[in-house]
Amino acid sequence: MNEPVRWTGSMPPTQGRQGGQGGQGGQAARAPGGTDLADILERVLDKGIVIAGDIQINLLDIELLTIKLRLVVASVDKAKEMGIDWWERDPTLSSGRGELEEENERLRERVAALEQAQVRRPARRRTKTERTPEPEEER
Amino acid sequence: MITYLYAVGRDLERVPDVGSGGVGGGALRLVGEAGLQAVVSDVDREAFEDLDAHREDLAWLASVARAHHGVVEAVGRAHAVAPLALATVYLDDDRVRAVLRESHEAFTAVLDRVDGRDEWGVKAYVRPGAARAAAGERPSSGAAYLRARRDALRAGDAAVADAEREAEAVDAAVSALAVESRRHPPQDRSLTGRTEQMVLNGAYLVDRSAAAEVRALVEERSRTGSIDLELTGPWAPYSFAGGAA
Repeated sequence: MNEPVRWTGSMPPTQGRQGGQGGQGGQAARAPGGTDLADILERVLDKGIVIAGDIQINLLDIELLTIKLRLVVASVDKAKEMGIDWWERDPTLSSGRGELEEENERLRERVAALEQAQVRRPARRRTKTERTPEPEEER
Repeated sequence: MITYLYAVGRDLERVPDVGSGGVGGGALRLVGEAGLQAVVSDVDREAFEDLDAHREDLAWLASVARAHHGVVEAVGRAHAVAPLALATVYLDDDRVRAVLRESHEAFTAVLDRVDGRDEWGVKAYVRPGAARAAAGERPSSGAAYLRARRDALRAGDAAVADAEREAEAVDAAVSALAVESRRHPPQDRSLTGRTEQMVLNGAYLVDRSAAAEVRALVEERSRTGSIDLELTGPWAPYSFAGGAA
């Protein structure tokens, strides 16, 4: 099976495949830390076989959830020592983290917009016990 | 304790080798029935019973997602795997056996479809600067500023439209190499962490023998085209397990 890969077009990974032995040539490394969490969540939350479990799972809107998680992950990865809620504390504690703050600011804005949208539009999925298990529909 | 179901296979002989175990570090077990094996572990009932309280505990949820993914990937490395959606839990192993019996056909259909294949993801983004080309030097007046701003927006729209057209072509070309393909909604900028707009978020079910061709194609398009492409994979076939379609 292939080595896991994640690369972007600005960094063609051509050389990476020639060495075998995980030779990603430093150009096609799997994104570090939480960068691929969005990809993972997109799949595990929203894809896969959806079948009724015994306990109702009612998750938030998936985009909203994923962004909120990203906030946590960005913070955990880059500001572990400050705890995962550091951005909620005194802003002076987080000075010198401009880039991260900016990103988090963007994320928070998006969260606010999504939460407002949710008020108007009820949660859209994953009320599992209310759903006919899909495999049964196929019979 | 209740039973968390990660994935179903049909030729699993032992639990997958996942160093950190399952959700909450729980030991993985196989529950077999009717020629199928479910990969499960015990989890705390309380944690899953009231997810309304827990769903804001994002660090916990992220760790569940990673654990779930880790197990599914480990199974998929050596076997055909039917991944379950996150947080599918049953009261006990007997209930899992019942599900394997009741949904035998559906699981088998998924396993047939994904056997010997992997999921690959291709994302396309507007190339940085494509929309900014029109932004000139500092405007001399308010009117000039507004004019420049309007032009920039127009140029941006055109750049996005061009990128979308090119992305369609990439999607078609990759789809031609794939057994099946799905288009997921492009992710929001706040999710990708990139300032450029995503114009394609495709998932492709690819025969292992064709994986190199897909890589080569994406590399080639990336080199010669004018959008940024991102290839991820191989993934367990989440997008082709007949989930929330």
